[in-house]
Amino acid sequence: MALHEPDPRPLLLGGPALGLRLIVLALMAAGLMVADHRNHHLAAIRDWVATAAYPFQWAVQAPVQAWTAMRESFATRTRVEAQNVRLAADNLVLRLKLMRFESLEQENQRLRAVRESSSRVVKRSLVAEIVRVDLDPFRQRVLINKGTRSGIFRGQAALDANGIFGQVTRAGPISSEVILISDPEHAIPVQVNRTGARSIALGTGRSGLLSIPYMPQNADVIVGDLLVSSGLGGVYPPGYPVGKVTAVVRDPAQPLLAVEAEPLAALDRDPEVLLVWFDSVVVEPEPEPEPEPEPSTPAARVTAPARAPPQPATPPPQTESAPPPPGPNP
Amino acid sequence: MMRVSRTHVGWLRVIAITLASLAATVAPLPEWLELMRPDFVALTVLWFSLLAPRLLGLSYGWCAGLALDGFHGVLLGQHALTLTVIAYVASKLRLQIRAFPPLQQSAVILALLWLNEFLLFWIDGVAGHPVTDWRRWIAVPVGAACWPLVTALFARLVARR
Repeated sequence: MALHEPDPRPLLLGGPALGLRLIVLALMAAGLMVADHRNHHLAAIRDWVATAAYPFQWAVQAPVQAWTAMRESFATRTRVEAQNVRLAADNLVLRLKLMRFESLEQENQRLRAVRESSSRVVKRSLVAEIVRVDLDPFRQRVLINKGTRSGIFRGQAALDANGIFGQVTRAGPISSEVILISDPEHAIPVQVNRTGARSIALGTGRSGLLSIPYMPQNADVIVGDLLVSSGLGGVYPPGYPVGKVTAVVRDPAQPLLAVEAEPLAALDRDPEVLLVWFDSVVVEPEPEPEPEPEPSTPAARVTAPARAPPQPATPPPQTESAPPPPGPNP
Repeated sequence: MMRVSRTHVGWLRVIAITLASLAATVAPLPEWLELMRPDFVALTVLWFSLLAPRLLGLSYGWCAGLALDGFHGVLLGQHALTLTVIAYVASKLRLQIRAFPPLQQSAVILALLWLNEFLLFWIDGVAGHPVTDWRRWIAVPVGAACWPLVTALFARLVARR
């Protein structure tokens, strides 16, 4: 010892100091977790962290996206032509359907007016691109490239071309997080389209499977039934396809049916989603018979308000007891 | 591998390695590979705790964990807590672990990664969204198997001036 300069650093890391640091840091982490979980005090911090992370997350997936874009642009002529033919055919079919749809919608509005019931129709929609990063393999969530600057709000419904996709759980300024209907923490109120029977579809954590656990044994539901959103809870617009029933297990020992469904939206393959604004339009019965209801063009009805209210403050008038609202558990 | 003194740690490299490990945890992968993705941030934290615990020990683990929470959009602080704990254990036992042959080192890393995952599992359960899927444990042995590669790679990245 006398020969050398003594090294001031301890050979073994100082026990108490290390333990103390562990305790302090662990308490800080625990405090963060409690604050975040219990009272959601950290929304601002969370937004800040997520916004700071977003450019980086975007950069991570940029090469993949560039590769996809490159492959698209070098697609062979024949493939593009084939696709074009298919799209033209699709377009024709859709136009035919739309012709019927307009008349049906008007009829529906009139009937609803007669019954004094409300109807909620999608007023405005916005396309958002999914940022291709893997957030967590066991939580079905995705990141999208639109945020509050585009008018996105928490609890907003997201759809794709085939059905309901999910809802926004966190809306940051430039990016948002969407929980898919297949997330185990998600529940969506549904209705069997054939019979009108209501239930709730829960996510299972697998993108191709929804579970409907609250159907009574005598419920009329068969494989192949279409499930549509019932609109209860006010998060999702009613009447949009959610899934198709793939299995109905009647076990007499159980009080309830075990029903499984497959989501119609391409949850794991979508490159983009549609965020929708819908409005609780209460159609009043006309107070006095007007001479002739002028034919309102569909374009006039579709014109969007600047911004629809986030969610109807009060649930629509319902005679049945409403199920718990969908969405992530608090 | 571990003969790196204070002066040799380049901060730029540390930051680059941290960012790279964060990127590796969110980079898009096919679904079957995604389940096997090792926790690169945990491996990085362990490596730094063994290498330079005074500079990049517990506090580094805490910060990296918080960044990871922000990235994944999970409960803030959960990775911060688990990574601090495994960084503590690794710092505490670092002289022994450094002397171990590679296979034994991987076994220790396996135990530490398991502890990390177990704490996360536990926090998930307490917070009210348990993930009971057994496949969440696949990444732990994969991470331990990656350990020799990680050490070789990081030694090259950091130790050379």
